[in-house]
Formats: sequence, C-alpha cells, structure tokens
Amino acid sequence: MTGGIGWWGLPIAMLGGAIRVSTPFLFVSLGETVTERSGRINLGLEGILVFGAMSAYAVAVRTGSPWTGVAAAALSGALFGALHGWICKFPKVNDVAIGIALMLFGSGLAFFFGKPYIQPAAPHLPAMSLGAWSSIPQLRAALEVNALFPAGIAAAFVLRWALRDTRAGLALRVVGDSSEAARALGIDADRVRLAATCFGGAMAAVGGAYLSLYYPGSWNENISSGQGLMAVALVIFARWNPIGCVAASLLFGGAGALGPALQSVGITHGYYLFYAAPYVLTLGAMIASSAPGRAGAGAPAELSIGT
Amino acid sequence: MSAFFSVTRRQMLAASAAGLASSVVGAGQSSAADAAATVGFVYVGPRDDYGYNQSHAEGAAALKKIPGIKVVEQENVPETVDVAKTMEAMINLEGASLLFPTSFGYFNPFMLDAAKKYPSVQFRHCGGLWTDKDPKNAGSYFGYIGVCQYLNGVVAGHMTKSKKLAFVAAKPIPQVLLNVNSFLLGARTVDPSITCSVIFTGEWSLAVKEAEATNALLDQGADVVTCHVDSPKVVVQTAAGRGAYVCGYHANQAPLAGDKYLTGAEWNWATVYEMFAKKFLAKEPLPNFVRGGLAEGFVKMSPLGPAVSDAARADFKLKYAEVSKPDFAIVKGPLKDNKGAVVVAAGKAYGERAIELESMNYLVDGVVGSTS
Repeated sequence: MTGGIGWWGLPIAMLGGAIRVSTPFLFVSLGETVTERSGRINLGLEGILVFGAMSAYAVAVRTGSPWTGVAAAALSGALFGALHGWICKFPKVNDVAIGIALMLFGSGLAFFFGKPYIQPAAPHLPAMSLGAWSSIPQLRAALEVNALFPAGIAAAFVLRWALRDTRAGLALRVVGDSSEAARALGIDADRVRLAATCFGGAMAAVGGAYLSLYYPGSWNENISSGQGLMAVALVIFARWNPIGCVAASLLFGGAGALGPALQSVGITHGYYLFYAAPYVLTLGAMIASSAPGRAGAGAPAELSIGT
Repeated sequence: MSAFFSVTRRQMLAASAAGLASSVVGAGQSSAADAAATVGFVYVGPRDDYGYNQSHAEGAAALKKIPGIKVVEQENVPETVDVAKTMEAMINLEGASLLFPTSFGYFNPFMLDAAKKYPSVQFRHCGGLWTDKDPKNAGSYFGYIGVCQYLNGVVAGHMTKSKKLAFVAAKPIPQVLLNVNSFLLGARTVDPSITCSVIFTGEWSLAVKEAEATNALLDQGADVVTCHVDSPKVVVQTAAGRGAYVCGYHANQAPLAGDKYLTGAEWNWATVYEMFAKKFLAKEPLPNFVRGGLAEGFVKMSPLGPAVSDAARADFKLKYAEVSKPDFAIVKGPLKDNKGAVVVAAGKAYGERAIELESMNYLVDGVVGSTS
C-alpha cells in the first residue's frame, strides 16, 4: 500500500468488483436457471439466500470450519427449495405467491435464529492469490479470488453441458416446455421440478454463504441488498442460459464497483447516478430483450411469468 | 409484456420486503412486577451491530441496573408507521411511561403524534430536533461527537505513512460532513499535507457497498480508515483484513480489528439515560432539550490501541486536554472548502455548539470528495 495508482484504479477496481461482488449473483442465477427451465419460478430465493448466509455463519462459528458452513447452507437451501417444490405440486397453487411467502419466511426465520451470531466472528473462506505474479498491490488485492468464484464458473459450464447433452437435462427441458409431452414420455414432472427447485435453493443458499463467510464476510440482518431478487431478474436477462448467467453476473458486479471506484479517483459528482449503473444496465437489457418478436425468446413454455 | 409484468411484480416484492424488515425480538425481560417505571427503547437496527444501535443498547443496559426501572426494547423498527405501532404497544401493553425512540426518522410525525395522543407519557428522541412549538412531554437529546472524530484524526495523522486517510460515509448531511471535516482537520494538526478521501455510499447500511468503498479507498493508497455508517463492522473488518489502520465510530470496534484498531469516537448514552431515569424516578421535570460533548460525558474515546506510537500518544493527550476547554473550536477561520471558496472568514470560530455547524454543506480543503 504505497501510493495510489490514480486512474488505473478504475479498471482494477471494476475487475476486482466483478470478481468479488458477482459470486452471489452467479450462484443464485444458476440455481434459478435450473428451476425455471423446469417450468417453476421460485421468487423466494432472497429469503433462502439470507437464511443460507445465516446458517453458514452460525455453523462456521460453531464448528470453526467455513466449508462445513457452506455445506450446511446448501442443505438448508435444498430443504427450503423442497418445501417450495412440494407445495407447488398441488393443483391451483401459484408458485409466484408461494415464492413471496417463502422469501418472507426465510428472512424472518434467519433473523430469528441469527440473533446470537451477529457479534461473534466466524472464520472466513480462504482466498486464492491469483495475483501473486504482479508487483502492483492493488492488482494483487483485486485478484484475491475465493474458491467459490471459479466453482461457480465451472458449474455454469457443467450445467450448460448437462442441460444440452444429458438425459437428465433433456428430461428437465421437456418438463419445462410441456408437461403433457413429459407425461407422454413417462417422466414424472413433479419429481423433476422438485429436484430442480431443491437444486435452485441449494445454490441460492451457497450464494448467501459467500456473503456471510467471504465478502463482505459478516452476518447481520442487512447482509443482503437484494441479491436474491436481482438474480431472478438476471436469469431473464441471461435468457435461461448458464453461460449468460456468468456474463450477466460479471457485468452486474463490475458495474456495481463503478460508483465507489469513481469516487476514489476523484470523480465525485453525481455518485447516486453511478450507483444506479447496474440497475440502468439491467433495465436497458430488459427493454432491449422485450422488443416485439423477441419477447420471451428462450423462456420455458411452462413458466408462469407470461409471455 | 413479460418485462412489464415482471417489473410490477418486483415492485410488489420490494414493498413486501420492506414490511418484513421489522422482527420482534428480545422485548421485555420483566425484572420486577412492581417496577416504578417502565422505560422503552426503540432501535432502527439490531442492537448488537457494533454501531449506532449498540451504542444506545449499551445505554439501555446501564438503566437495567437502576432499581425500580424496567427496560423494554425493540429492534429493527423501520422509520415508518411501524415505529408508531411499536410505541403504542410499549405504552398500552408493557406500561411504558418513558420512551426513547432512538432513530432520526422517528421524530416527525411518529413521535410527535404519539406525544400528543399520550400526554402522560414522556418521549425523548435522539437527534436534537425538538423546538418550543412541539409537545412539552416530548424532547430531544444529542451529543457533539465531532471532537472525537478530530481526535481520531490526530492519531490517524501520526500513524499514516502515505499521508492519505479514508472515510466511508453514508449520506452528505451536516452531521456526517462535520465528522469528515473534523477527522481531516485533526490529522492536519499533525501534518498539513495530509488528505482524506471520502466515499458516500448513499445509505446508512449497505454491507457490500461499504466493503467496495473501503477496498476502493485502500486501492488508492489510503492507510487509515474511519467511517460514519450505522454499523461500522464491515468497514472495520475489510480495512483491518487488508492491513490498514482503523479508527472506530459509534461504539468500540477493537474486538473486530485487533491491533489495527487505533482509537475510536464513541457515544456514551448511559450518561444521558441515567440522568433522565433518575429525574423520572424522583418525579422531577425532565429537560426537553439536552446536549453535551466530551466534557459532559455524552461521547468518549476508545482506549488507544497497541499500535499507537509514543509520539501519537503524547500528542493525543495534549489535544484531548485542548478540546476539553470550553472555548475550543475545530471549525475556525480562515477556512476554505475543497473547491477553493472561503467558508469561514478569518477571525471567526465556531465551537461545537455553534448553530452554523448544523447547516454545514461543504467539505474543507484537503478532503477529496463531493457532497452531491
């Protein structure tokens, strides 16, 4: 930390921000992609994320092992997902409404059980120093990468392969595009959707674990600033494509780092405007992608978001 | 069509998420059924947040030791009609007769309305907004913490090697600006070449943005960080984790930063709450407007950390005595803002009680940042 690096700070901060901030978006949106490809939408991911953040932190405090915390979060998320999937299989149940209820339930439960864990400090997930080759301390700091970030990128490629080229992926897509066709093929749509919602919940909770155990790395009731909700929007932005989720999350994370980075190099006017950058970007992408003829392109036909 | 529908649904989600933010935890440990007075505290966030709410909860904890006082508390109450409901519940269900709604936004209209509705209940609000026109069973109290940020600055000025300090701030309101300016002016008593970069996050509590702001400031070479946000936990942990020194705010964050913690500007609300409670028990009239600073014990400094050098310790002691004098003023002319305009003419000095400071809308020369 000797001396500033002036304007070079901007791209470095955006790179660092993209890596640091995008991981929760990445996990939540990948999980939700799978859920939505099965024809269900789970809006409760925000609640699951908050509960995942809490349970990961609590278990890490108790056991001293952050990875056990991540595992506990994934388990809790899968249970919440299963609850959503189970309720939604009943006829005439609206998955959007259940999702909202689950969001309130997950957050409330997390606040209730999380009370005793606001003060203690949990062990953080270790970071890999990918910037060791560089002599610039700022670049080294930006390239402190948590293992969950490459894991998320890898998961995106595995998911793309699984969705396209495996039997399970085919079953998932069939269920998502037409329940009738699935039934004709002898696929139990409810079971596939239950599994997909479980997976989505587990991924969202791991995203929460990243928040509480790595960055910013503490548990309190304001830990999430709507990552779970924004990620659901990013799925639509990414056109239900796992690789698109990676791009959308990185873009969103990098744009989010723009506001603080600009202020630190002295561009201090209109910072509220820069803080809106990620949302303006998302809104712009939404408007562009809802142009006539392209509305809902790539959307699973069974999805109840209306196209 | 799909985009339109999902936008409206998201708005609905945002609205329902706001509703859930309040969770009822930890009210009323009844100490004695025959308590002479029940005192209610309302907090805007968790009361163990290492920040603003914790500083008030520590004051409330001091009241629990006074015989005859029963304390009821509720946390995570938004500055909406929720606080009105919370106060009603404390009055009607818990029998509270003295209430401390501690967050700035509780005052108007919620506390004022409640004061009119319950003339026999006493209300005292943290923030210093009460005027003669408001109900007589209401009132305000507040502390002058600027001198503590000034002393933070003195220690930071000694400990910085890069001559660059960092301030993570929430919103550019007068009280925050005074803290930023005081921090820099304190540091400049050590070395007039020191600068302080400030980043406004725009909200009182935004964990990820506070961490990003801290990282961005450290990337620009700052090596001592302080802040003014509701919960400094994230800023303190992020800065200390990257090896920078930290000056605390609101409460003592030394447990979070270890030996990177230099000192900190803390509230000491126990002084205020004990004064009110004792007068209340003695059936004396409660003052409507209470303010105080370091000399009155409304604010205090965290104990100096192990890393603080001997020179810094000696200077801290010296400056501490200086700021404790009644005619001391941080903001005195000639003083320019960071755009070059003269904001305080030569020969003028504004002590901490000066009304001029309450409309502060500038950052002084040496602060890198902007109020808009």
